[in-house]
Amino acid sequence: MAAPGGNPGENYAMSVDKATVVRIAHLARIRVPEGELDRLAGELNTILGFVAQLDEVNTDGVAPMTSGVEGMGLRQREDRVTDGACQDKVLANAPASRDGYFVVPKVIE
Amino acid sequence: MAALTDLTIAEARDGLAKKAFSARELTSAHLAAMEKARGLNAYVVETPERALEDAAASDARRAGGGARGRLDGIPVAIKDLFCTEGVRTTACSHILDGFVPPYESTVTARMRAEGAVMLGKTNLDEFAMGSSNETSYYGPVTNPWRRRGDNRKLVPGGSSGGSAAAVAARLCLGATGTDTGGSIRQPAAFCGIAGLKPTYGRCSRWGIVAFASSLDQAGPMARTVRDCAIMLGAMAGFDPKDSTSADIPVPDFEAALGKGVKGLKIGIPKEYRVDGMDARIAALWDEGAAWMKAAGAELVDVSLPHTRYALPAYYIVAPAEASSNLARYDGMRYGLRVAGRTPVEMYEATRGEGFGAEVRRRILIGTYVLSAGYYDAYYLKAQKVRALIARDFTEAFEKVDAILTPTAPSAAFAIGERTADPIAMYLNDVLTVPANLAGLPAMSVPAGLDANGLPLGLQAIGRAFDEETVFRVGATIEAAAGFAARPPSIG
Repeated sequence: MAAPGGNPGENYAMSVDKATVVRIAHLARIRVPEGELDRLAGELNTILGFVAQLDEVNTDGVAPMTSGVEGMGLRQREDRVTDGACQDKVLANAPASRDGYFVVPKVIE
Repeated sequence: MAALTDLTIAEARDGLAKKAFSARELTSAHLAAMEKARGLNAYVVETPERALEDAAASDARRAGGGARGRLDGIPVAIKDLFCTEGVRTTACSHILDGFVPPYESTVTARMRAEGAVMLGKTNLDEFAMGSSNETSYYGPVTNPWRRRGDNRKLVPGGSSGGSAAAVAARLCLGATGTDTGGSIRQPAAFCGIAGLKPTYGRCSRWGIVAFASSLDQAGPMARTVRDCAIMLGAMAGFDPKDSTSADIPVPDFEAALGKGVKGLKIGIPKEYRVDGMDARIAALWDEGAAWMKAAGAELVDVSLPHTRYALPAYYIVAPAEASSNLARYDGMRYGLRVAGRTPVEMYEATRGEGFGAEVRRRILIGTYVLSAGYYDAYYLKAQKVRALIARDFTEAFEKVDAILTPTAPSAAFAIGERTADPIAMYLNDVLTVPANLAGLPAMSVPAGLDANGLPLGLQAIGRAFDEETVFRVGATIEAAAGFAARPPSIG
C-alpha cells in the first residue's frame, strides 16, 4: 500500500514498527503489554501486506461506495424527542452509579 | 411421526395447528436435547423457564382459537449479538460482562410478536469477528459433524457458529444469525444447514451489537430453505429506528418457493474458481449448475473481475468501521470496568483486558487505516474498490437473474487447525464477502458431502431486494441435492 505521497504500486507494507503499534494502541485506548508489541507489529504488517493488493486496482474517477447497497441514501427524520425519561434503564448496567449519575475517576485535579 | 426435535419449522407449524402436539411439548423436547448436548457449547445462555412460559402462552392462544403469527410456538435460538430485554447479552466478549439489555432488538421483537419461543442465546466469535467460533470469550463451539474415521472436534464455522451447531444438532428448529462477511452462510455450509443473508436494509440492525455497520445484516438459519423463508418473513421489515432500514414491502417469501427456476438465467462466475479450492467443491459446483439446467434454467458464464480484491477491501472497511463502533466500550456505562487512576487509564486498562486477541487486532488495523495520513491510501481506496465490486454485480445482473457459486473453499476444519495464521482464517470468507460489500442477498444450501463425509454448501446470490429469486434457486438446489445426511453424533 502506498504511503502518503508515495507512487501507486510502491510497496510500503513493512511500515508498522513497535513505536507505531504503541501509537495506534494509544489512539485506540487499548493497553498492550510490552511483551506483545513485536508479535502485534508482525501480525499487522502481514495484514497490511495482504490488503496492499488493492494498489493493483485502477480506481481513477471511481466514486467511493459509502452505503450498504448502491444508491441507497440515508433517511432523515423530524428533529424531535422520541425517547427519554428512562434514567433507571440507562443506569441499570452501570459499573458504578450514585444519585442518578455514572461514577467515574476524577477528571480534573 | 418424527421426533419433535427433528421436525422442520413448516412441519411443526402444521402439527401445532392440528394440535398433534403442544408448543409446551415441542419446547420441552428441545430443552431436553439442549441439556444433553451441552458439550457442544452451542448456547451461552439458556432460558428454559421463559421458554416454557412463552410456550404455555402460545398453547393458550391456540386453545382460545387463534395463533398469533407465523412462528407461534416455534422454539428458536438467538445469536448472542441480538439484544434481548432482561436476558444477558455479551456478544461473547469479556468487555460486555454481565450486560443485561433494558431493550429488545427489532428483529427479535418481531419474532416474539409472531409468537416465537426463545430457547436461549447462542455462542459466536467475539463481536462476530471470526470464521470458526474460536474467538468467543466463552470458548469454541464443537461442530456436531465429524470426519469419517476421525474423532477430532471440528469448528462449526463462524461467526454464527453456535446458531449453526444448534440447528444442525436439533437443539432448536431455527436460529438467528448475522452476516458481515459470511457469518451466516459459511457456518451454515460447515454444519449442513441452510442460511440466508438478506439484502442490506431488509432486516433492522437496531438492537444488534454493531460490528461493521455498512455490512452487518441479520438473517435466518434453519434446516430447510422453506424454514428460512418462513423465518425471514417474520424477521424482515421497515424500522424507523434504523436509518439504513429499507422502507419497502416484505414479499411472501414462502410463496416464491414453488416457482422453480424454469426460464431463469443463472450466472456462473469464473473468478470464483479460486486457488486451493477443494476438488470435490469444484465438482459439486458443476453438479449444481447441471441441476439448474435440468430444472429449466439457462446457464450463462459471467465475469466478476474484481472478485479477488473483495477480501482485501473487506479487511480495510470492516476493521475501520469496527474500530469506530467499538469505541463505545469504555468501562464507564456498562460491562467490564478495570480500575485506573484517570479516565484514560481506565479506558486503556478496561479495553486492554476486555477485548480478545482477534478483536484487538482488528481495532488496531481499523485505527491505523483511519489515522491521519493513511485514510486516503487505505480506507478511501477500499471504498472505491468496493464500488467496483458492486458495479461488477450490477453488470452481471443485466445478463442473469441469480449467480451460483460454492459457499466456502473448504469443508469444516479441526479446532485449533487454523488459529495461528489470521490470513488463512480470513480466506474462509473469500466467496461470501463480495455479496456483503455489494449489499446483495445470498444464501447457502447444503448440497453434498466431501470425501470425509462433511457437508458442503452451494451459494445463490441475487439482485438487491430479490430474496425471492435466491429462495427459488435455493429450493431447486435443495430438491436436486436431496441432502439427507445427518451429523453422526445425533444418529
